[in-house]
Amino acid sequence: MNFLQSKWMTVALFAVLGAGAVAPLLVTDTRLPQWIEVVLGGLMSGVLYSLVALGLVLIFKASGVFNFAQGAMVLFAALSLVRIMEKVPFPVALVLTIAIMVAVAWLIERLVLRPLVNQEGIVLFMATLGIAYFLDGLGQTVWGSDIYTLDIGMPKEPKILLENVFEGGILVGMEDVIAAVIAAVLVGVLALFFQKTPTGRALRAVADDHQAAQSIGIPLNRIWVIVWTVSGIVALVAGIIWGSKLGVQFSLQLVALKALPVVILGGFTSVPGAIIGGLIIGLGEKLSEVYLGPLLGGGIENWFAYVLALVFLLFRPEGLFGEKHIDRV
Amino acid sequence: MKKSIRMKAAAAAIAVAGALGMVHEAAAQANEIFVPVLVYRTGAYAPNGVPWADGFVDYLKLVNERDGGVNGIKIAFEECETGYATDRGVECYERLKSKKPVAVNPLSTGITFALTEKVAADKIVLMTTGYGRSESADGSVFAWNFPLLGTYWSAADMLVQHVAKKGSLKGKKIALVYHDSPYGKEPIKVLEEHAKKHGFNFIKLPVTHPGVEQKATWLQIRQQRPDYVFLWGWGVMNSTSIKEAIAVSYPRLQMYGVWWSSAEPDVLPAEAAAKGYNGITLGHSSEKGLPVHKDMLKHLYDKGKGTSAKKEEVGSVLYNRGMLSALLLVEGIKVAQGKYGKRVVTGEEVRWGVENLNIDAAKIKALGVEGMMQPVKTSCRDHEGVRKGRIHTWDGTAWSYTSEWLEADNKFLRPMVEAQAKAYAAEKKITPRDCSKEK
Repeated sequence: MNFLQSKWMTVALFAVLGAGAVAPLLVTDTRLPQWIEVVLGGLMSGVLYSLVALGLVLIFKASGVFNFAQGAMVLFAALSLVRIMEKVPFPVALVLTIAIMVAVAWLIERLVLRPLVNQEGIVLFMATLGIAYFLDGLGQTVWGSDIYTLDIGMPKEPKILLENVFEGGILVGMEDVIAAVIAAVLVGVLALFFQKTPTGRALRAVADDHQAAQSIGIPLNRIWVIVWTVSGIVALVAGIIWGSKLGVQFSLQLVALKALPVVILGGFTSVPGAIIGGLIIGLGEKLSEVYLGPLLGGGIENWFAYVLALVFLLFRPEGLFGEKHIDRV
Repeated sequence: MKKSIRMKAAAAAIAVAGALGMVHEAAAQANEIFVPVLVYRTGAYAPNGVPWADGFVDYLKLVNERDGGVNGIKIAFEECETGYATDRGVECYERLKSKKPVAVNPLSTGITFALTEKVAADKIVLMTTGYGRSESADGSVFAWNFPLLGTYWSAADMLVQHVAKKGSLKGKKIALVYHDSPYGKEPIKVLEEHAKKHGFNFIKLPVTHPGVEQKATWLQIRQQRPDYVFLWGWGVMNSTSIKEAIAVSYPRLQMYGVWWSSAEPDVLPAEAAAKGYNGITLGHSSEKGLPVHKDMLKHLYDKGKGTSAKKEEVGSVLYNRGMLSALLLVEGIKVAQGKYGKRVVTGEEVRWGVENLNIDAAKIKALGVEGMMQPVKTSCRDHEGVRKGRIHTWDGTAWSYTSEWLEADNKFLRPMVEAQAKAYAAEKKITPRDCSKEK
């Protein structure tokens, strides 16, 4: 094992990222409360990226497919929910939307995945590209392309904490805090599902080898419907939180693309990796925009995540927590 | 076998569709004036692109339905979806120019930059009502560009004038939160000049496309505490800015949007929390119930021919803007027909028409848009026509005017316009027209 793949490399990477995070305090005239606000803001955004990344990791773990349509699923689920909510109360709309996502999962399995069993990963990836474009168009055709307000009672006004400690206090967005709690609960549930249930174990078996899993009696088609359904529900949760924050509109799926650098950082097969990757990306982009932005002309928040992902691809392609790929020759 | 039949049927369907398209094209060329309508009804900018497109198309339909066309010549039009992407906009333009359009209104400053040279070669008028290149107000260099009703430089100047009335700007901070695109960068030059003139500290905060990630931007605003924030956003960026302002407790009363950042889709997602948010208008706000709107309802919506799915959209800010953009084009065609004859006019003739617009108060009233437009008079020297606006403020449910009329200071702006136009002419080796000889 070379150094790049060792635990020490992981420690070194964390040390570098940590040093980068605290650097503004040491080399600029930044005040501590300002820095804390940026860090908190970054971590909260990161949690939301993690939510979308979770959906990607789920499908990759269970089927070996990199699902490019995850962003489109977030938008489609949120659009369905918000438009159905115009007719019926939230709980009923939620159930109906989950039913729609189950139907979408079933249709994807039936029409796209089943004919492609045992195909190369790149073929399945291309198929998800098609699904993304289809869901994009379908969602906007059926539900419209306005900005829809999704009000699920999340508090919009921030709270100012520690006013007696720091001048002006520290601003904390309560909406972000609640989103973080929901994401944490979801991660816990998913971790239990994967590790402790027979279905979870079957999902992991399918991910390792489609044919081998089939040969020992695991029903591949049913497993794929389950995993796409779970992924659809994760997309719905992400859509609700993002939609409540930004309004339900097309750009939700562009934000969801941030999940790509998140999983590159965290590893395609690791649920904790998706969480930590999301936090690193969220934190990194906010700190870089606030402290490097003025030096580089600003507007770097959007590309920072992709540059960081590129660095990881060069030096640690399996991510921080991904499974190491070993080829027998 | 079945597959083969299906293939044949599909091929036949494509052939029929193609033939119908050719018939439509031929018809457009024979006795109709063709206008391409570059729109974005899908994608990140759709919430703002849709009402503009509806207003634009509805006005063309109204002229055909109510008046039987422009002096008896019907207007043919075809929409092309650009998604607010410059490459797709150019593609739309190239595809539709074979239909011999007289004018194009791309609703994108990026596409305007890309088309500026092309339209001159193709002899197609480039109408950019309330957007586009600010220096194109100088018609001696930009013969084919018409940034009618107001440029971004005019908007920036009026905003500075307005906040300066509240007290000296010396030592104050004004932040510009802008879409990191040709559109968003347009006001920077004028604001930098004003910062020197008034002695305020000018802070530039770019937001990248599509503008949904602004937390870092607004944390900087919280830290730097500017006295005013000018918002130069588009689409979902606007509503996100307002929401982020709420999230960092920045007072909405100190926020001013350009006319593309102060419409219903910008404030409605934030609902009552957007109360107090301001914008400079392009001469109009969300006027409803004017004669032109009544005609829209009577001739189009009551007959099921309206473009918008929602009748209530008629009269909203961006619907009105699309409608006025089409109205100015139609008036340009009328002026051209006045000189060249009541027939299908060419792009060159319409260019002359738009360059010789003279829409006075009586004409505005006759057009049914009284109160929505100030008199417009264009010339070879001035392709902007008018540069007036008012501040309107969102009260939580509707827009209302909260200032007197403001007029951009042309003595301050004109030298900048001419200098920039001159530099463009030198770069592109254009010999500016002598406007004193233009008739």
